[in-house]
Amino acid sequence: MCEMHEARTLRGDVWQALARVADPELDEPITDMGFVEDVEFAGPPDDAVVTVVFRLPTYWCSPNFAFLMAEGISREVGGLPGVTRVVVRLEDHMHAEEVMEAVNGGRGFQAVFASLCDGGDLSELRATFEEKAFQRRQESVLVRLRALGWSDASIAVMTLRQLDAVDFDGGEAAAQRPRYRELLVRRGLARWPGDLAFRNWEGEALPGDGLKDYVARLRQVRINMEFNGALCRGLQGTRYKEVQTVDGEPTLVDFMLGRVPARETSLTSG
Amino acid sequence: MYVTPEGKEIFVVDGHIHFWDGSPENQRNIHGKQFIECFYAYHNALSPKDELWEKSRFEKYSADDLYRDLFIDGPDDMAIIQTTVLGDFYKNGFGDLGRAHDMAKRAKDRFIINGAYDPRDGEKALEYIHYMKETYDIQGVKLYTAEWKGDSKGWKLNDPWSYRCFELLDKLGIKNVHVHKGPTIIPLNKDAFDVHDVDYAATDFQNLNFIVEHCGQPRLDDFCWIAVQETNVFGGLAVVLPFIHSRPRYFGEMMAELLFWVGPDKILFSSDYAIWTPKWLVEKFWNYQIPEDIAAERGVQLTDEIKEKILGLNAARIYGIDVESKKAKLRAEPVSIAAE
Repeated sequence: MCEMHEARTLRGDVWQALARVADPELDEPITDMGFVEDVEFAGPPDDAVVTVVFRLPTYWCSPNFAFLMAEGISREVGGLPGVTRVVVRLEDHMHAEEVMEAVNGGRGFQAVFASLCDGGDLSELRATFEEKAFQRRQESVLVRLRALGWSDASIAVMTLRQLDAVDFDGGEAAAQRPRYRELLVRRGLARWPGDLAFRNWEGEALPGDGLKDYVARLRQVRINMEFNGALCRGLQGTRYKEVQTVDGEPTLVDFMLGRVPARETSLTSG
Repeated sequence: MYVTPEGKEIFVVDGHIHFWDGSPENQRNIHGKQFIECFYAYHNALSPKDELWEKSRFEKYSADDLYRDLFIDGPDDMAIIQTTVLGDFYKNGFGDLGRAHDMAKRAKDRFIINGAYDPRDGEKALEYIHYMKETYDIQGVKLYTAEWKGDSKGWKLNDPWSYRCFELLDKLGIKNVHVHKGPTIIPLNKDAFDVHDVDYAATDFQNLNFIVEHCGQPRLDDFCWIAVQETNVFGGLAVVLPFIHSRPRYFGEMMAELLFWVGPDKILFSSDYAIWTPKWLVEKFWNYQIPEDIAAERGVQLTDEIKEKILGLNAARIYGIDVESKKAKLRAEPVSIAAE
């Protein structure tokens, strides 16, 4: 009984960890996109081997994006207490073998794909995607603030403390605010509650006399990302294969469909 | 011909269609199977429920199917067939030039059949361009930069051999270059959807028109920027247009950007048949308005005049079609297929 309790807790933790992995192209969690198909546990709960099975919308999805997701899965799940080893399994992909070898074998992207990389690594690509994610998150917050009646001048001098206090009343902006903040702080663009809440990716303060052009540029970034997001969801929907449910136990499908609240598993199973 | 609710006749040129054979019999390997399945997933993902096809019909459809879907049930006056070879994936090619010509025999005036080549073939590519010009008098080509060939997983429009091919197109008066920017595989450490090679090619070959299919999505911003600067860069609406059904507001955002940056004279309708059929696309497009708030941001709207350009007049211009005489000719030769 005790073991089941532990296993179920770990299952919830793994799901939460997977939700922190985003598709780099879309900046949306792989769990929301339906990419994760199964999670298998082996070994005792304090020394578990976790296998994560994921599938992308098409056989052709760019292998560098696939690698970044596989690497994120390995990092996030591998960082959980009690997990000794993570095995990532990519299904039905033209470069599945190479991606798995790069991640599970610890060889890294560059070594496995050397002949296709012109000798470069993924740092430039990572930086590009991080910038786009920052812009998409920021746009969502800016658009909502303007809709709530904040003037461009007041947005330009808004502090983090003020931003935190705004009542977005749910919706996209409420979901994106903490995600925007996380990248803002990680990049060192703001550190203290009194720091400016908005800067562009290069670190410059936003103009107080008309944000229209700036927001229009961010909108284009979002339009691009939404295009892929919408296509990927549609394609995934037609390719997705149902995971079998197992007698009474919460399965991966339950987690995917939100039937199992994050912490409730450990409370109800004892 | 699309007839508006007010009774106005709109000339429709479908800028990008296929006559493919993706059937299991023609598949060379797993890649061929996955390729047509990917197309089928696009079809399923973005079509209205009552427009869905059975998989076997989608894999291989007949000439009669095509005539009916485009010209009898559908509103197309003309269609531009794009050749997509994919020789590494299909035994007899996916979309084959000769097969397209056989299919088009019954109504030659309704089709423009574009060729295709692979600049990685070097001298052979040049010879093949000559062959296509002499045999079929092609006016345009379709280039698919993400195509695999042996160890190569793609190429760029500004590669040296690609430039040799463009020089020859220019010399032979083959003016229209349709570019499909699929995800390029190499170099793997770069953005897989980069469209900047279009910029170089368009600058260096001012006599050629570059029609970028699906408007460079998912790099719409880069595409818009290039199209603003290069007068010979156009946007094809393949894949973009079906969003009008599943996500109409989002479609409005894309159209607002395209109209603002690229302009109403450089956007071309296409159904991407048989991924989608033109009937529902054209009907929805004609009845569509960009939502007010989005239109106001960019100061643009899809007026009837602009829709007419996009649906046919723009393609007619770059392909040298005299619309009035073409209409008269087509009216005299109605399309018919065997009764079912």
